[in-house]
Amino acid sequence: MYDFELTRPTSLADAIKALGEEDAQPLSGGQTLVPTLRQRLAMPSTLVSLTGIEELKGIKNEGGTLTIGGATCHADVARDGTYPALSELAGLIGDPHVRNRGTIGGSIANNDPSACYPAAALGSGATIVTNNREVAADDFFTGMFETALDEGEIVTGVKFPVPEKAAYVKFEQPASRFALVGVFVSKGADGVRVAVTGASEGGVFRWSEAEDALSSNFSPDALDGLSVPADGMIGDMHGSPAYRAHLVGVLTKRAVAKAG
Amino acid sequence: MPADGGIGASTKRREDIRFLSGTGRYTDDLNRPGQAYVFFLRSNVAHGKIKSINTDDAAAMPGVARIFTGADFEGVGGIPCGWQVTDKHGQPMQEPAHPVLAQGKVRHVGDPIAAVVADTAEQARDAAEAIEVDIEDLPAVIDMKKAVEEGAPKVHDDLTSNLCYDWGFVEENKDAVEQAFQDAAHVTTLELVNNRLIANPMEPRVAIGDYDPAGDMSTLYTTSQNPHVIRLLMGAFVLGIPEHKLRVVSPDVGGGFGTKIFHYAEEAFCTFAARALKRPVKWTSSRSEAFMSDAHGRDHVSTIQLALDADNNFTALRTDTYANMGAYLSTFAPSVPTWLHGVLMAGNYKTPLIYVNVKAVFTNTVPVDAYRGAGRPEATYQLERVIDKAARELGVDPIALRRQNFITEFPYATPVAVEYDTGDYHATMDKLEEIADLSGFEARLAESKSRGKLRGLGVNCYIEACGIAPSNLVGQLGARAGLYESATVRVNATGGLVVMTGSHSHGQGHETAFPQVIAEMIGIDASMVEIVHGDTANAPMGMGTYGSRSLAVGGSAMVRATEKIIAKAKKIAAHLLEASEGDIELKDGAFSVAGTDKSVAWGDVTLAAYVPHNYPLEVIEPGLEETAFYDPNNFTYPSGAYACEVEVDPDTGKATIERFAAADDFGNIVNPMIVDGQVHGGIAQGIGQALLEGCVYDEDGQLLTGSYMDYAMPRADDVPYYHVDHSCQTPCTHNPLGVKGCGEAGAIGSPPAVVNAVVDALQRNGSSITHIDMPLSPSRVWAAMTQ
Repeated sequence: MYDFELTRPTSLADAIKALGEEDAQPLSGGQTLVPTLRQRLAMPSTLVSLTGIEELKGIKNEGGTLTIGGATCHADVARDGTYPALSELAGLIGDPHVRNRGTIGGSIANNDPSACYPAAALGSGATIVTNNREVAADDFFTGMFETALDEGEIVTGVKFPVPEKAAYVKFEQPASRFALVGVFVSKGADGVRVAVTGASEGGVFRWSEAEDALSSNFSPDALDGLSVPADGMIGDMHGSPAYRAHLVGVLTKRAVAKAG
Repeated sequence: MPADGGIGASTKRREDIRFLSGTGRYTDDLNRPGQAYVFFLRSNVAHGKIKSINTDDAAAMPGVARIFTGADFEGVGGIPCGWQVTDKHGQPMQEPAHPVLAQGKVRHVGDPIAAVVADTAEQARDAAEAIEVDIEDLPAVIDMKKAVEEGAPKVHDDLTSNLCYDWGFVEENKDAVEQAFQDAAHVTTLELVNNRLIANPMEPRVAIGDYDPAGDMSTLYTTSQNPHVIRLLMGAFVLGIPEHKLRVVSPDVGGGFGTKIFHYAEEAFCTFAARALKRPVKWTSSRSEAFMSDAHGRDHVSTIQLALDADNNFTALRTDTYANMGAYLSTFAPSVPTWLHGVLMAGNYKTPLIYVNVKAVFTNTVPVDAYRGAGRPEATYQLERVIDKAARELGVDPIALRRQNFITEFPYATPVAVEYDTGDYHATMDKLEEIADLSGFEARLAESKSRGKLRGLGVNCYIEACGIAPSNLVGQLGARAGLYESATVRVNATGGLVVMTGSHSHGQGHETAFPQVIAEMIGIDASMVEIVHGDTANAPMGMGTYGSRSLAVGGSAMVRATEKIIAKAKKIAAHLLEASEGDIELKDGAFSVAGTDKSVAWGDVTLAAYVPHNYPLEVIEPGLEETAFYDPNNFTYPSGAYACEVEVDPDTGKATIERFAAADDFGNIVNPMIVDGQVHGGIAQGIGQALLEGCVYDEDGQLLTGSYMDYAMPRADDVPYYHVDHSCQTPCTHNPLGVKGCGEAGAIGSPPAVVNAVVDALQRNGSSITHIDMPLSPSRVWAAMTQ
């Protein structure tokens, strides 16, 4: 990797200040950024580590809302168990190394089209908290590797309303074990949500047709005859657009069945 | 049996203590005083003309010692090929030059263009980025069949085409085979791909060149399976360094699987640069580099046809294969699709007429060479898939069809040149039916069905030619090397032994298994024997480890040397016991006079050899050290029968291995635990090939599977519990241990079992699918199901 300065602020305010410098970039768990640096595909002058900031870490359960600090690692979320579907999802990301380094804020901000957390956030109707505002998940994920974050803005936390029912089903890409397709479904006070990751060229998305069908009948049968079009789905050596579209239907049914 | 394990004991592997405790010593652990580091600037295009290379700015960067390009290797030899195949017209194969650094053209992504030597690895890489290379893109040839079409772009402009050779075997049988097909009651045809694989040993390749001007001595430390072969090839053919001025050391090596047999440009470069700079030069491959510079494996496209008579006897077999050589000929590449593939096409069956055609083709891809099994998995896969397809077409039980056509009398001369010495294919199939619990399959099928899963059973046989092999035979077949093995057994005064063997151990467990043999022969503890290997400075000339040959060939050399030791020790004992040499018996580590209670211990005899005060100096020399070279008179022929049960998820196409059983005949067994482990590892690689692994290039020659994000290696949860048995033993008739070799069997025998099982699962569900090409990824199986 190229040389860079590393700063390790202990407060959010110091981190934001450091990120104001030219070419400064936030570094959270580094599970995407560090491999990118090692391949010399990025050349930041300064990396601002977020993992030494205590106020960005931890999980709080307040009045049915789970607030997870942006620098909380996947392993901590997996252990928490307050929101079982979310904890299970976190426990299936990567391997123990990844889960003990990678953070929810980093994952959400990166918005990899095959990542799991964006499906949980969108599928739960979560709110993304940044250093200067709160953004609904519906408005946050704007495309493959794209989010509503402004330059210098970081994810400080994610607020999950804990739904009545929820489940995540991931079908793994054989090599990377990222989601070839992953579907997160929830049924809560604000209705049914179905969020799909891994499949679309536009990144994580809500399958509204399925949500409508499940709103009146939250059972796998309600999805009979529904399908997403292959148009706009990712096609690569691991699966054609048609295969991914097919898996969306299969996995949504399985997620509904699993949610009970 | 000796207290700590002779032949047949599952002695725990002594080398594992250092491997598991972090005290192993791998090439990258070695650092020479004052060493520099090299970074190779590699081509990012598959085919192009090098118009210019400007290193001026790069050479001025911090820490840079020197930048080398192809021009620095004018007049230096190229990377040689160790096997010359003669084509069906009697002409030698087309053999292109393979410069250490690209000259004139780049021919695959990863082809080294320049090498920067600097004080640190990062400085070398920084400077490499400052090199200006102007490459004119040329159209790439990737698809083998397109590569041999008229007018296709040529990988090597000085060759007549991209066809390396067109090999026919046995050419004289061709017409008879044709006639048999015309007379056949049934013909089954199958087109299939043996998918290209990347070996991915856990330890990437490393090379350190060192030069001592005081003695004009070059040393190469390298991750090799055969240091003597590297010394010979690099010294004699590339750099012109005589062998007595060149030492090659391969210390602990973290897996090879074939890809560390070959002599690579990076080895020659580091040795060359160390001499030029009078300074050690080290290269450690990154994982990304390994994907595009380690020789790949397999990559055959075949059409196979099986002819049967009205009674379902196999009457003839013919196959046409396109075999990818990649952009250059790697060390043993030409031999893999021919002499390691064509001669195995008889399999376990008495098919009287066989014709094999192989077209070896140059493409703009990484060179392809031997990978665990090397040719034999490709032969087995074709044969066992076409037999399975024939059984299904004929509506007969696939096991019964195989049994009906088994070879049952030995020795058996196949119509493809080799003679099997022993085997009992019914016995291994009987054992397989038992350990795979085939009688319980129907119940398991019903249970899977109750969970909405499709279950299938796949069975196949395999035979392989191992213990490679008689030098005079392989010489006739085009090998430019002998294939004997060597051992020096040095007995110390206090009775301990050191065995210096030409066989290199990089995971096989030689350091444990070889002492078990000597312990058994002398009747001493195995812990009294130390195995030394991997250094040309102390081991006799050996040909190395591949082709499941170490115990069969290297172990036999060690036995021969130990026999010489025992013969001499008996002479000494006879003197000490004042008895006739013919009356001396060696048992449990003591020499005794037959029919008396007079004896002398092993240690007293060895001491006498080195402190020869009371010693027949007029008859024998002092000391106790012997060397033997062993050259077998045939291959060995391990065989077996494998069964796989899969479940296929009909909604996603995902196939999972539910049961796997392997009944192997390896002849005699020295360490059953090590054999189990070898079979387990081989099956894991075979399952990897069948379900997960596949190297993919796009049509421009970009490597799409350039990392573990896209190249799927098998992981622990991809493989099942293995039911492994090797109690069927027909000992090899021509080596002193009666052993056959077990290293490659698992990788050879398992892919057809898996694919046969998936096809079975789908057909049981009413599908008419007859074949899916590997890897049988979920998307491929689903696509086949929804055709």
